[in-house]
Amino acid sequence: MAKKLLEMRSITKEFPGVKALDNVNITVNEGEIHAIVGENGAGKTTLMNVLSGVHPYGTYSGDVFFDGQLCRHQGIKDSERLGIVIIHQELALVPYLSIGENMFLGNEQHRRGRIDWHKTHQKAEEYMQIVGLKEDPHTLVKDISVGKQQLIEIAKALAKSVRLLILDEPTSSLNESDSKNVLDLLLRLKKEQGITSIIISHKLNEISYCADRITILRDGATVETLDNQSAEIPEARIVKGMVGREMTERFPSRSRVIKDEIALEVRNFTVYHELFTDRKVVDNVSLKVHKGEVVGIYGLIGAGRSELALSIFGQAYGTKASGTVYKDGKPLELNSVPDAIKANIAYVTEDRKGSGLILSNSIVHNITLPRMDFVARRGRIDKDLERKTAEHYRESLDIKTPTVDQLVENLSGGNQQKVLLGRWIFSQPDVLLLDEPTRGVDVGAKYEIYQIINELVEAGKAAIFISSELTEILGMCDRIYVMNQGRIIGEFLAGEATQEIVMNCIMQDSKGEIGA
Amino acid sequence: MNSMRTTFRNNLKQYMMLVALVALVIAFQVLTKGVLLKPMNVSNLIFQNAYVVILAVGMLLCILTGGNIDLSVGSVVALVGACAGTFIITWGWNPHLSILICLGIGLLIGVWQGFWIAYVRIPAFIVTLSGMLVFRGLTLIVLSGLTLAPFPPAYLAYSTGYVPDLFPALQLFGVRNTTSLLVGVLIAIIFCVTQVMGYLGRKNKGYAVESIWALIVKMAVISPAVVWLFYILASYRGIPMVLIIVGIVLLAYSYFTSHTVMGRHLYALGGNEKAARLSGVKTKRLLFLAYVNMAFLAAVAGIVFAARLNSASPQAGQSFELDAIGACFLGGASAYGGVGTVGGTLIGALFMGVLNNGMSIMGISSNVQQVVKGLVLLVAVAADAISKNKLPFNIPRFGKRDAAEQQSVEL
Repeated sequence: MAKKLLEMRSITKEFPGVKALDNVNITVNEGEIHAIVGENGAGKTTLMNVLSGVHPYGTYSGDVFFDGQLCRHQGIKDSERLGIVIIHQELALVPYLSIGENMFLGNEQHRRGRIDWHKTHQKAEEYMQIVGLKEDPHTLVKDISVGKQQLIEIAKALAKSVRLLILDEPTSSLNESDSKNVLDLLLRLKKEQGITSIIISHKLNEISYCADRITILRDGATVETLDNQSAEIPEARIVKGMVGREMTERFPSRSRVIKDEIALEVRNFTVYHELFTDRKVVDNVSLKVHKGEVVGIYGLIGAGRSELALSIFGQAYGTKASGTVYKDGKPLELNSVPDAIKANIAYVTEDRKGSGLILSNSIVHNITLPRMDFVARRGRIDKDLERKTAEHYRESLDIKTPTVDQLVENLSGGNQQKVLLGRWIFSQPDVLLLDEPTRGVDVGAKYEIYQIINELVEAGKAAIFISSELTEILGMCDRIYVMNQGRIIGEFLAGEATQEIVMNCIMQDSKGEIGA
Repeated sequence: MNSMRTTFRNNLKQYMMLVALVALVIAFQVLTKGVLLKPMNVSNLIFQNAYVVILAVGMLLCILTGGNIDLSVGSVVALVGACAGTFIITWGWNPHLSILICLGIGLLIGVWQGFWIAYVRIPAFIVTLSGMLVFRGLTLIVLSGLTLAPFPPAYLAYSTGYVPDLFPALQLFGVRNTTSLLVGVLIAIIFCVTQVMGYLGRKNKGYAVESIWALIVKMAVISPAVVWLFYILASYRGIPMVLIIVGIVLLAYSYFTSHTVMGRHLYALGGNEKAARLSGVKTKRLLFLAYVNMAFLAAVAGIVFAARLNSASPQAGQSFELDAIGACFLGGASAYGGVGTVGGTLIGALFMGVLNNGMSIMGISSNVQQVVKGLVLLVAVAADAISKNKLPFNIPRFGKRDAAEQQSVEL
């Protein structure tokens, strides 16, 4: 029997008016990778906040034992002293400081208040070596990729002599190869250094890949802990525990309604980078989407997918060098976002908080924003009509909120995403450019979003579906374009594409790049 | 009901400030032994604060665009006053024409600053800091460092005069200016009628309406308050002309921010610029217009203020920008933009105004007054920040799951 490193016993945490955690029990053994899964709002983050001392001892009931000792954390400092380090979903690195400075932020290598830069950079290199990163420690963090930043975060934790590493959605903004890199690192740290970790993730394949045991939370309570070590648990089994019912299918079916008419066609699109104006981000791309069709664009992060979509959407990104957009067979002049919206094209951004929603505004205001002219006459807003419209989308998209006057910042991720979708459905588009429409939402909400997309195309609209999750692309799309380094390098029909074929396509292309 | 609770929660700070304002008025009324609300003093309060309210409304729009402020308004007030003085007093131009030209100068200043801020993307703080120096300097050049006085009556009438009494013999309820009282009653009636019409209209069309009691309470509080204010004014010399200017500004901008597409876009721009742009909001143009508008209102305030001083002084308008900014933040505007209302700003400006006036009546030295004002601003904004973190208002009460979700989002 392995030694227990962490034991949380009957943890109950109440916020005014609500029980966020209800008698949660969890045991983590020394030297294991323990996964915690659950839908948004199941209480994962609250549980980790109890553990790390964000919610101090006494504000919750139940006991936390670390290494056999009862913990009475008053703050994060206390838990860090014991070697509990939490890496949050949004990386906490300072972009304009160097790798070395970031790695020892709050843990500076100093002698009587004077920083020893030599030691700082030397140690930074040591830790970078452990996580398998070859970078100059003087490089500014803003200049390295997100995948590498995630590794820096882990190295930073190692520098604090971590015993229990907690990763909250560590791969949510990483592409598949970077994600695998992070997971492999966790496995290696476990094997070589005996570091215990807790990983919180929505990505079930990753959890099956690396976790020894899996604890499932639902509605603030522990449902069960599954052993993933002896025999791999099927994903459907985990999902069942999370949502409390069998999800027989991950993707809802839709009646095939593809028409012959082309809704949108893009010919010879070339776009240059916003800042580095000599760098081609989109390179001579041509593609088309029919009415009633979902076309997927798959590619690794940095392949130029969002940039392509944005520049179709009224040149909202970079500078367009060439290319024409044809809608219903006619060429369009789309020089600005309002032009694109008027042409009934919608772009649903991948970053709903950063460039999607107005968080400080209500649901009503967010939904009607792109086409205020639908609810206004001569510049004057008909507030009643506006409300009624918003109510309509609340019902049809099942946005969970007591009222449409609720500020969007008070909604959960899945509901925020639905507000964003609602906004662009409201704009009456014929063509929807959906950029990672299910990023950061739980399994249940994902399914609902797929259903919404299906309803739209069944009504004759066309959708371009951009995603980093290949399973999602394969499950949802009628046709798939594969993008790499700004170019379209492959086109497959839904029936003929598999994970292997698509990945191979990218690998072959990248190889050619190196050979040339 | 749920909807009302959310509306209430979203506007919590404003309600708290309104309650605080009423408490402050009562406190000073007691402390000054009733001088504060004497008809003459109420008239005074209006004259003293008119230009602050006008500036604060313009400042609100700038702050809404993303927490941008305008440091140059005090200097613009001085420059416009100096121009008015030069045109009218030195050169003897027609006062009405001169006022129009002065407003035009305000617009030009706005175009200048707005261009740098919106199209060259220089931080507003820097552009308007530069403006603060440039326009103050220009004021000194225009006036050669001297004060020009006095203005002719035709100019003063616009802002320091009173609305004439049409029925001087009547003296209804013993007031000196019956017309003013009647205007007050008329405004109260118009208010009630529009409220009821709006309510019935919405009900007929099948839209959601507030409870009938909320409507009655609203009318029962606001109408008497309006009549009472005009009664006080009528007991002195009547409605100050400048109150009409301020009233028009408040109504126009309140309507603009809450009922027009462009106003809505302003909130979107301040809430999230990128998102606003990707939703088809013309962000640059909007930012440009916010600053053009600010300078225009600063010109209006400059004309009003010069009339109040009855002179064009090179030192006019010192630190007005700070009064305006303070009023906005007191009134619930967010320092990050996207949050704030004209009503809240008015409350904030009145709060500062009553504080100033009350302390002056009590004979508290102006040095101490500054300390008190500074602390009040800090406390008001701090109270808001603290209440946001501590009050259970932020936790919705509709089922366990959503609330827990909210926690996970917030933390």
